[in-house]
Amino acid sequence: MAAVQETVEQVRRVGADQYKYGFVTDIESDLAPKGLSEEVIRFISAKKSEPEWMLEWRLEAYRRWLTMTEPNWARVEYPAIDYQDLYYYAAPKSTAGPKSLDEVDPELLRTYEKLGIPLHEREILAGVERPEGEARPRVAVDAVFDSVSVATTFKEELKKAGVIFCPISEALREHPELVRKYLGTVVPTSDNFFATLNSAVFSDGSFVYIPPGVRCPMELSTYFRINEKNTGQFERTLIIADRGSYVSYLEGCTAPKRDENQLHAAVVELVALDDAEIKYSTVQNWYPGDENGKGGIYNFVTKRGDCRGANSKISWTQVETGSAITWKYPSCVLRGENSRGEFYSIAISNGRQQVDSGTKMIHLGKGTTSRIISKGISAGHSSNAYRGLVSAHRKAEGARNFTNCDSLLIGDACSAHTIPYIEAKNQSCVFEHEATTSKISEDVLFYCMQRGLSQEDATALVVNGFVRDVLQQLPMEFAVEAQKLISVSLEGSVG
Amino acid sequence: MTALLEIRNLKAEIAGKQILNGYDLTVKAGEVHAIMGPNGSGKSTLSYVLSGRPGYNITEGQALLAGADLSQMSVDERAAAGLFLAFQYPLEVPGVATMTFLRAALNAQRKKRGEEEMSSPDLIKRVKEIAKILDMDMEMLRRPVNVGFSGGEKKRAETLQMMLLEPKLCILDETDSGLDIDALKVVSSGVNQLRSKDRGIVVITHYQRLLDYITPDVVHVQSAGRIVRTGGKELALELEETGYANYQSEAA
Repeated sequence: MAAVQETVEQVRRVGADQYKYGFVTDIESDLAPKGLSEEVIRFISAKKSEPEWMLEWRLEAYRRWLTMTEPNWARVEYPAIDYQDLYYYAAPKSTAGPKSLDEVDPELLRTYEKLGIPLHEREILAGVERPEGEARPRVAVDAVFDSVSVATTFKEELKKAGVIFCPISEALREHPELVRKYLGTVVPTSDNFFATLNSAVFSDGSFVYIPPGVRCPMELSTYFRINEKNTGQFERTLIIADRGSYVSYLEGCTAPKRDENQLHAAVVELVALDDAEIKYSTVQNWYPGDENGKGGIYNFVTKRGDCRGANSKISWTQVETGSAITWKYPSCVLRGENSRGEFYSIAISNGRQQVDSGTKMIHLGKGTTSRIISKGISAGHSSNAYRGLVSAHRKAEGARNFTNCDSLLIGDACSAHTIPYIEAKNQSCVFEHEATTSKISEDVLFYCMQRGLSQEDATALVVNGFVRDVLQQLPMEFAVEAQKLISVSLEGSVG
Repeated sequence: MTALLEIRNLKAEIAGKQILNGYDLTVKAGEVHAIMGPNGSGKSTLSYVLSGRPGYNITEGQALLAGADLSQMSVDERAAAGLFLAFQYPLEVPGVATMTFLRAALNAQRKKRGEEEMSSPDLIKRVKEIAKILDMDMEMLRRPVNVGFSGGEKKRAETLQMMLLEPKLCILDETDSGLDIDALKVVSSGVNQLRSKDRGIVVITHYQRLLDYITPDVVHVQSAGRIVRTGGKELALELEETGYANYQSEAA
């Protein structure tokens, strides 16, 4: 049988049981009543002991949301979502919040273990002391379990550097002035249907503030995990890099198996002031659904960075392998003079997954530059679209963009689409766009297999080569995980 | 003693067209066989049928590697069992460093055979030794597999892979094509290093030139999908004189 035919056969056999992370942790939840109403929003706000202005902010977003309609322009299809049939708040029962890691529910730690969270991070979560003098890359983890952050590590050391890294609900209590100053300034409450919904009901997420001139002493990392059955996840992340500071932030996700589709509508806002740099990396591996696409996560995310200051830089790197539906466009608003935006993406779709993802680079300031490298891999019956906007406004003199979109097809039942939009409103900007679409070559697979590689390993090797430019952008320890993830997510696609 | 390669009355087709037409060939360990013949006589087809390239189907007869039926094995199983094909046109694998590729291939084979994987330091040491013999720059091994390699570099890289993997049976498909005389000498010296009493080598070539450097024990003439004449190394010289005209008419 021809290699690609075999691939197709294998793809057909992709089943729910192949999803290694499909398990449910048995922890009692503290649920808000089902459905969405002002009362539910008041309940969420009260649960978090939020200040009055925050409640008003949420309610305003909610009223706005009631007037909005769900967008339908993306190349994705899914049954209508009943927003009144979801829970908007679920927290692990120990609502008092753990004082130390010893108080963390051991069930949670076991969950992280099953997720294959790297040992050093699990040790951090478990509070294991390292022997003296043993140097390892250090990562601070703010673990979001369902909607409430349960463990935040390395806090003391970060505090010494003046870095604030905490759940956003805590930031609302401890640093309300900072949150109030920046929240919603990049993604306004009126931005889009899903972002507005998030503004009304967001449960938790991370807050990061790097003071002027500080280089964050470690990579900051958050693991998101959707757990409570039928709970929409509405994470809210806000990262502020003050003048001349630097931070690298890692986000990794995986979710348990479900029958119902789960809605996830996160908002991430990044603000980089003069000469500041933010590097934001994501590995997303949520449950993609069974062979018919049933039960997977719906991922409608709004991620946007604002290069507010001169010479600032924001770089998005993402490895997307999961979710039934991905609707995601991490973008950069290049406001400051000579600011720079980057977007590096690997999107792998298999089975019945639908991906509509890309980026927006909005050039507002003089001399702004951006770079987009997107690698889409489609297998099975999946659909994978790159949708991107590069625009230069009148004042963006000398703006430059380079875009490269490559698509790789595995088998003959999948599809790839590239939908680039370019808007140039002044004469001096230079935009370059390159795009290729190719099928994985049977000849190359044969060549690799003749050297002893199995069909599966050969495919993973070719795909890893295809995405190398993007993998190189990931922080080292994340790149290794991502490479494994690519092999795992293609496991269903070949023998 | 079992022959290393035993082909009996082999018939094979591509897309319904019969290309191999009752092929018989026996290669014993320690022997070097040359298969010569006019263009279109199915020389490359033989190499693809033996290595299991998709689309090349055996319709009749048998091909055995050390007694094992090749048609019952996948491409990678044949490789792990010791069959190596040096490609006439080696493929490019963009984004995959040659060293990474070598490590993946060698350890995949070892794993399939139940052997221990070779450690990275040992691998690098071994590759350095081989690269020296083939007059190859280690810098080349950091580049993606065959990408941007010249014709000569690709053939050196094929030879390097073959020497590293130490197969039982080496099939060289028109390895001399696209090689200048210096590269030809270097590649040949690599192949000659592989000559051993445990290994068989099949050299497929159109020209006698390569056989000046790799001296065969047996020379076959192939025409219209089967072997039509077998002799010693002097047969190659005779062909150089007379050309393939006789064999083409014989086949027709």
